[in-house]
Amino acid sequence: MTSSSPSRGKWSGWLLVSPLVLVLVPFFVLPIVIVLVASFLESDGFGGLIRTFTLANYGGLLSSKLTLALYLETVKFAALTWFFSLIIGFFVAYFLAFHVRNQLLAIGLFLLCTVPFWTSNIIRMISWIPLLGKEGLINTALIKTGLIGQPLEFLLFSGFAVVVAYVHQLTIFMIVPIFNSMARIDRRLLEAAVDAGTSRFDVLRLVVVPLTKSGIALGSIFVISIVMGDFFVVKVMSGGGTASVVGAFYEDIGVLQYPAAAASAVLLTLVLSALVLLILRSVDIRREIAQ
Amino acid sequence: MTVLATPVALARARAAARREGRPWTFYALAGLFIFYVVALYGPMICIYVLSFQDVRGGLVFPMKGMSLHWFVDLFTQVRTGDVKGSFDRSIKLAVLVTAITVVVSFMAGLAFRRRFPGDTAVFYLMIGSLVAPGLVLGIGTGLLFNALGIETSWYTSALGAQLSWILPFGVLVMFAVMSRFNRVWEEAAWDLGASRWQTIWLVIVPIIAPGLIAVGLFGFTLSYDEFARTLQTAGSLNTLPLEIWSMTLNVTSPSLYALGTVTTIISFAIIGASLATIALIQRRRAEGGRPGGHA
Repeated sequence: MTSSSPSRGKWSGWLLVSPLVLVLVPFFVLPIVIVLVASFLESDGFGGLIRTFTLANYGGLLSSKLTLALYLETVKFAALTWFFSLIIGFFVAYFLAFHVRNQLLAIGLFLLCTVPFWTSNIIRMISWIPLLGKEGLINTALIKTGLIGQPLEFLLFSGFAVVVAYVHQLTIFMIVPIFNSMARIDRRLLEAAVDAGTSRFDVLRLVVVPLTKSGIALGSIFVISIVMGDFFVVKVMSGGGTASVVGAFYEDIGVLQYPAAAASAVLLTLVLSALVLLILRSVDIRREIAQ
Repeated sequence: MTVLATPVALARARAAARREGRPWTFYALAGLFIFYVVALYGPMICIYVLSFQDVRGGLVFPMKGMSLHWFVDLFTQVRTGDVKGSFDRSIKLAVLVTAITVVVSFMAGLAFRRRFPGDTAVFYLMIGSLVAPGLVLGIGTGLLFNALGIETSWYTSALGAQLSWILPFGVLVMFAVMSRFNRVWEEAAWDLGASRWQTIWLVIVPIIAPGLIAVGLFGFTLSYDEFARTLQTAGSLNTLPLEIWSMTLNVTSPSLYALGTVTTIISFAIIGASLATIALIQRRRAEGGRPGGHA
């Protein structure tokens, strides 16, 4: 990047981002600090906080077997969602970027994929109910064709339904950055690889995947952080049978146990930050998106 | 293919194959794509259809009758909550968020084109705010307002909480828009003696107008459907997603689907209007590019 524009003050950059910072400090930094502080306080049992310093909230959290179980459950959903959304997202993006030759058509199909993203997540989640339910379309169809004698119970209000709802909502977060990376790949590179005798699979493995690494990383950050920070899909789609990390501290909030909830929130934020940093290590996101 | 074939002949054969037919992977991936789109829209279409049942209607197929009963029910029944009021609030909030997102993202987009002291810190602050669990931030914001003795409400705490995730999104979209902006035009304006404001208003803004509309579209729709950050910050009056959320827990009639249909119609109207405006601008430009046209 060259910066040779005339009469640009040294501070104009700061001036221009100041509104952004003025929103992020009170509504991101301070809330995180408040949650951190609250995690060391005691609850008076009526929603109030007692000014003291205690590690009891963390002690309770880390010694509870429930915590580990909740994290395992949440990580399981995050991993499954990540896997399926990556596979589907990668190949949908690949199809749009390399197989659709008409560019206008490619943009149209791309928009077709993105439109639901701009509609309500909750509505998209509950829209699986008429399909997956005991008397839903899938079960009815399977029974009518004689493939099964009894409705499949695992389709709705189960871990299966949770993963379906997540993949349905989040695959777009994989498609967009991966498609973006793929669109930037010089087509001559692929031609060269093919002409040099590389097999189709090896072109994918040795050329396309490495060049879309940043898109994959960006998509993974979105998908993993959303699943791990979510509770309402698990709550509704599992039928209440499965808990999640965020769901558990939402219940704590419900009974006004703010310090316990705060400790749990801090732990989750630490785990998430570690995951995101791990992903960021493999790719310079800023250079990728702000180039 | 023989081992003896020369690379040139091989390449030629492949080129010919490319011209003639598509590889099998095309059909496999086209199949996957169609499957994805059907799975994306199919369930949504189901609930739109089911929302038009009559009074006997249930949550699953088959359709029981055809009527607008559940739409009327939605806006007249008290037990389904304050749908009208929450609609009103959600739209107002979304408009507010859109305006702020477009202006702030545009400014940040301008700033991030070059390095400035602390730019990396601001960038990671933004990424952090984007990926932080929404409910955690919502609770933190609620506690903050509590500690300061300010009542939480949809137009103060919820507005800020929503912006903390929608602004970073807008700025990321703005990065993509700005990366396609050719600095030469700006330099030309400078060289011709335009002031800083003139350069922004008369050169940069018109050129990236479609991108700004896209940022606005993100701002509106993300705010209109935002749930996790609003839950603990909206105060006593619900926004629409909060209303839908409480309905998913208590209401087991097609009025839930009717609400889904109504809110999706609004989303689609906004998406359609934004995309149509972008297309219109692009078209005008294409025409302006022809000889005799105006730029």
